[in-house]
Amino acid sequence: MNRSKPLTRALQYLALLGYIAFLAFPLLWMLSTSFKTPQEVVELHPSLIPREPTLDNYTSAFEQQHLARAAWNSLQVSVGSAVLTVVIALPAAYALARVRSRINTLATAWILLSQLFPFILLVIPLFIILKGASLTNSLFGLILVYVTWSLPFALWMLQGFVRGIPRELEEAAAMDGASRFQTLWRIVAPLLAPGVVAVTLFAFISSWNEFFFALVLLKRPELATLPLELAKFVGIEGIARLGPLAAGSLMATVPSLIFFAFLQRRLTSGGLAGAVKG
Amino acid sequence: MTTLNEELPLARKKRLSHNRYAYFLVLPALAPVLILSVVPLLNGIYLGFTDARAGLNQTTHFTGIENYTELLSNDLFWASFKIGLIWAFSVTILQFLAALGLALLLNLNLRLQWLTRTLALVPWAMPPVIVGIMWQLVYHPDAGLVNEALYRVGMGDLATNWLGDFSTALPAVIVVGVWAGMPQTTVVLLAGLQGVPAELNEAAAVDGASTWRRFWSITLPQLRPVIVAITSLDFIWNFNSFGLVYVLTTGGPGGKTMLPMLFAYEEAFKFGHFGTAAAMGNVMVLIIVVLLFFYLRRRMREVNA
Repeated sequence: MNRSKPLTRALQYLALLGYIAFLAFPLLWMLSTSFKTPQEVVELHPSLIPREPTLDNYTSAFEQQHLARAAWNSLQVSVGSAVLTVVIALPAAYALARVRSRINTLATAWILLSQLFPFILLVIPLFIILKGASLTNSLFGLILVYVTWSLPFALWMLQGFVRGIPRELEEAAAMDGASRFQTLWRIVAPLLAPGVVAVTLFAFISSWNEFFFALVLLKRPELATLPLELAKFVGIEGIARLGPLAAGSLMATVPSLIFFAFLQRRLTSGGLAGAVKG
Repeated sequence: MTTLNEELPLARKKRLSHNRYAYFLVLPALAPVLILSVVPLLNGIYLGFTDARAGLNQTTHFTGIENYTELLSNDLFWASFKIGLIWAFSVTILQFLAALGLALLLNLNLRLQWLTRTLALVPWAMPPVIVGIMWQLVYHPDAGLVNEALYRVGMGDLATNWLGDFSTALPAVIVVGVWAGMPQTTVVLLAGLQGVPAELNEAAAVDGASTWRRFWSITLPQLRPVIVAITSLDFIWNFNSFGLVYVLTTGGPGGKTMLPMLFAYEEAFKFGHFGTAAAMGNVMVLIIVVLLFFYLRRRMREVNA
């Protein structure tokens, strides 16, 4: 590969630049729109670099558009479902990883199978059930749905991390007279910490980004999560208020960006190969 | 498993109590999944065979295949399915080709890779709703990036209301679908490429095989299982996708981008026809299963041949 001809190499760089442009320009455009004054946003021939950059869009996104309230709702829902998911999944994953069980196969089968079904099949009965339990129009109801939806994957991920801890370590600790609890707390927990962080973040981000269930289950405007509020914003006054819309959207993306920055190494260094091949 | 049978009775007893302990730990995870996803899903499949409607005092009757015979004569439903298939096939294929190219480039030792690697992940990190909003800004008829770029290069006549025009709406939405889904596919293909043994390529190069030849005869066959897995998943995800197009066009203009999921959503939560919407869901599952069956069977044969 190192002996490529100069022409080939040039073409490769050209292709790479093409990809960079395709991937980056939409982002740059949103970034640029978020710093433009209301007058400049609607000008006929807009430029990429704002003439008079302003932070007004960021402040007005928060002040006028109920975005702060929506962000707070999203934060409650995401933290709630992330914590609940991990608290439920961790003991289960430990047990499943250490004891051979058919539930393992079932959990994996369910993860794969559940991908197949369009959400509409799930959401109608779920809506009826939750309505019966007065849990529609409730952030807690939404948390329950998100936890259920993150659990199989969280279980599967955490099991992988538990399996990575050699059983001999635990046996050695038990041999040295450590109680079961001590073994779990002193030996297993520290080794499991990175896995727990990854799964917590995963559950947080899936809830933070989720749109469809929230759209169906939350009808009261004061309960709207961030994606709902932003989507509404497009429909009603998006055209006139592109600046604050762009600013709000960028802020809503920050948590996911942090998550991906955290995972980036693993993702691009081929760390997923194992996960993909099962 | 033979070792299990040879175990002493005492050890087996211990294992049994161990198992019971395990089930106790697993129960809190199992219960919500059963109550809030397995049961509703089965119920949802059943609702597709009933006349269920929204509302408190509605009684539901089993109607057999009535929903499906009605759907057969519903032109809007067929139109939506056609759009869904065009969307899912175009996005999956384009996404795959674009991602394969990018993965191959990222697998070479070029400069600027850190930038592409980061950028290739960003669309993945963005919530579908935000991706939709962002592309609305890009496609905006007056203040958008696309029309301005066309104007700058002297093709201003081509400028149009991309998402609002009958002929451009679907292609425009497909481009967004490709953009949004490329990262996952790229990352998976890149992981697959890194699993191709370097020795194979080197040996072929020594034997005088051209780059192109090596790609066709070594890299691609080695990559096949990964390709089959990711294209199948991509197809399912694309066919069932909702948020992105809901924000971009809400199915408009004139239903030109009305994906099946959007159609079923409106049927259920705008008109309250739960039964019909669930029936549409069932048809979607059926179509996916049939398509996947033929796709996977063909791939299997290729492997065995």
